[in-house]
Amino acid sequence: MATESGTSTRLRGRSTGLDAETGLAVDAALAGLDALDIPTAQRRPLAARAWAATWPKIGALALFLLLWQIVVWSGWKPTYLLPGPGKALSEFGSRLGTGHFWDALARTLVRALEGYALAVVIGVVVGVVVSRSTILRTAVGSFITALQTMPSIVWFPLAILLFKLSESAILFVVVLGAAPSVANGVIYGVDYVPPLLVRVGRSMGARGFSLYRYVVAPAALPSVLAGLKQGWAFCWRSLMAGELLVIVPGHSSVGADLQNSRELIDTVGVMASMITIFVVGVLVDAAFNTADQRMRVRRGLIAEGTSAVRAARGGRGRGVTGSGVDPVGGSGDGTVPHQPADTGAGGADGGHAGGAG
Amino acid sequence: MTAVRSDTAVRIDGISRFFGAGAARVQALDNVSLDVRSGEFLCLLGASGCGKSTLLGLIAGLDAPSAGTVDTTGRRAGMMFQDSALLPWLTAGGNIEVPLRLRGIRRGERRERVERLLAMVRLAGLADKRPHELSGGMRQRVSLARAFAQEADILCMDEPFGALDAMTRDLLHDELERIWRETGVTVIFVTHDVREAVRLGDRIVLLSSRPGRVAEIFDVDIERPRRIDSARVAELATTVTTRLREEVGRHGH
Repeated sequence: MATESGTSTRLRGRSTGLDAETGLAVDAALAGLDALDIPTAQRRPLAARAWAATWPKIGALALFLLLWQIVVWSGWKPTYLLPGPGKALSEFGSRLGTGHFWDALARTLVRALEGYALAVVIGVVVGVVVSRSTILRTAVGSFITALQTMPSIVWFPLAILLFKLSESAILFVVVLGAAPSVANGVIYGVDYVPPLLVRVGRSMGARGFSLYRYVVAPAALPSVLAGLKQGWAFCWRSLMAGELLVIVPGHSSVGADLQNSRELIDTVGVMASMITIFVVGVLVDAAFNTADQRMRVRRGLIAEGTSAVRAARGGRGRGVTGSGVDPVGGSGDGTVPHQPADTGAGGADGGHAGGAG
Repeated sequence: MTAVRSDTAVRIDGISRFFGAGAARVQALDNVSLDVRSGEFLCLLGASGCGKSTLLGLIAGLDAPSAGTVDTTGRRAGMMFQDSALLPWLTAGGNIEVPLRLRGIRRGERRERVERLLAMVRLAGLADKRPHELSGGMRQRVSLARAFAQEADILCMDEPFGALDAMTRDLLHDELERIWRETGVTVIFVTHDVREAVRLGDRIVLLSSRPGRVAEIFDVDIERPRRIDSARVAELATTVTTRLREEVGRHGH
């Protein structure tokens, strides 16, 4: 099959002087068009971007704390039952200095990561297998979604009967909670791979595994990432439910602390534990969002400072194709003007975002 | 054209292609026979529904005919699509590299070939650009380079310039013609634009619609380099258009 060394060495040698002349003209014209076409994206400085991303969050948090304080001030409940944010936050702060807090947090995080890792492995394997087979798809596709919608807490009675009050009982429920979301992310991801890209892959000679490796897997990534993120949310919820119900003697954890505080009618303690849970949730969410954002920027699904919604609303009256001689349109607002005509993964991304968001 | 070698690159013999089954069965191609000469620039021209893209898919081996045979005589066919169809998660260079990786070529040689192919389409130094950072015309040139990375002897092009503005398309015609001459590749170029077909083709195969049949084959005896706005191109384009309208008109009754 292999031909002579390289394509460009197979010259026919039919060039004439006239060709060379027009060649130069073409060269200049193309260079000119290319120069006009290269987007002029300007990045704002890091500090400005960080501030733009941070201040709305700080504002929202301040507003929430204010509302909380107003409710406390209103005298709706006695302050030993409903303490103000100041008390709860200072309790949270003082806990940060204790070894017990970090022991409990470490155990909880290890449980979460173990359960999540196992769920990801199971979810990906199930997702890949199911997405490849129509029969399996019909057989277990809706079953997976049903499993996903089942509140994880209803698994605990069974888990406790099977595994007693042990780490295994918690792990069992965490995995059952998280794996279906991961599997669904993979299945939808494969479903939404644009057929054109599969054709491209096949035309380049990719078959079977190499088609998955070079086309299907990367094209499915946005949806898989959404599934992973949702899987984490289910994992964390299941774990918290588990730690409240399944208290393994001698094993301190965030959930066990929370339950303890409740039994002692220590509302400040309850709130401090809840703040811990909330903070972990926010941090992990931020990590997922960063990964998601980077992927979208890399694929041209989002230009810095814009989104599809803003672009649709923002009255940038540009055509769709993004080609050609349009020196004005691109540079006006400092954003990347060329939305690709082949937003292959875009369809998958948008299509699934609604389902899993 | 004088230097056309006489051997045949693609032998298409009596192929038909049906889609669907039962009452919903549609015939896209009906008993199409055609020989594509090695090194020739062949344009497949037709209105919507003439099955020209189907025919191209059959030649590229992406699809199998319902009847008849396609013989690419041991040659390798590469494909280029209307939307540049670059993989959006890879850079320009990364896209060109995929066919090389699929064939197990070592990293050092891959990088060298990518640079050479980018230079061929006059995009040297833009290997690290992502598809969305390039214009439509530049993306199509990356796509062209990627098709050449398959070491294709036959280049199947499915309306590759259909979505581009006139000026860019005009320049890319010149580019494609230059690359075709330099490499000696056989090009099968699908278009619905008559002038484009006359500008580029050695021969133009006019297909009728629903089902697609070979209606007529035109030889383009116009000296290269051609200009799309030259009188001779316009003249032949008028003839071909008249014939195309006849074909399309038969569906109105």
